[in-house]
Amino acid sequence: MTLSEWISNPQNWAFLVLGGLTLGAGFVVVTSRNVVHAALALVGALAATAGLFLLLSAEFVAWVLVLVYIGSVVILFLFGIMITRAPIGREAAVDHVRRWPALIAAVALFGVLASVAWAAFETTQLVGVGEGTSTDLLGESLLGRYVLPFEAVSFLLLAALIGGITLARKDTSPAEEEATARDRGLAAR
Amino acid sequence: MIVTQFLVLAAALFALGVFGLLARRNAVMVLLAVELMLNAVNLNLVAFEAVIRDVLASGQVFAIFVITVAAAEVGVGLSIVLMIFRNRTSANVDELDLMKW
Repeated sequence: MTLSEWISNPQNWAFLVLGGLTLGAGFVVVTSRNVVHAALALVGALAATAGLFLLLSAEFVAWVLVLVYIGSVVILFLFGIMITRAPIGREAAVDHVRRWPALIAAVALFGVLASVAWAAFETTQLVGVGEGTSTDLLGESLLGRYVLPFEAVSFLLLAALIGGITLARKDTSPAEEEATARDRGLAAR
Repeated sequence: MIVTQFLVLAAALFALGVFGLLARRNAVMVLLAVELMLNAVNLNLVAFEAVIRDVLASGQVFAIFVITVAAAEVGVGLSIVLMIFRNRTSANVDELDLMKW
């Protein structure tokens, strides 16, 4: 398959647009000096990835991504940014001083992964593009063959929920409570 | 469409995530970079599913599992960051050297 054949397929134009959006938004996520901008750029990257999933005819996963990630995870991040007073607005020191080794590591990793992917698959065509995966099949698979991992994952989610609450709530020992009550009483008098 | 184009895109996204993970100081931004990496993994899984097309749709099922685990990870991760911020009034990962030898 030549490059002109590849580019003549309109699906590949859609891929180029969505892939470019994903990479551009991802670049903003890791380089923006403003945390809120980074979190909002993550929305863009995830939305473009959902578009790529639609292109790969994985509709259910695409909408799960939109619901779970854009709908809740990013909101959670925005709350986290507000509560931890992360540097909202431009701040000089959001990056380490030594970011060049990180850049070298990332570029080297990309080189290795991309060349291995090309060596392994070359021009293997995708099958069943545009046909769609029925949610029927996915549901039967999820609650049939994969029911045990499904239950394990739901248990993990419950444990994470409880762990999150226990970690984030303010713990006060009875003695401390008494002390604050006494202070309040003194203040009132 | 060929599978390699999706794999290369996912590799680029993963490399961006690795760069963010290593270069960022703020813990919330480190978690954002981790999300980017998990997203690249999801893209790989769904692309492989589009090559294999097995009867169980395994690739997509695993992508859903990864999304669930990522949601749990963000919940716990952010509450840990919150705890650290409360105790040390800073969420910068390079200032957390209490256990460094």
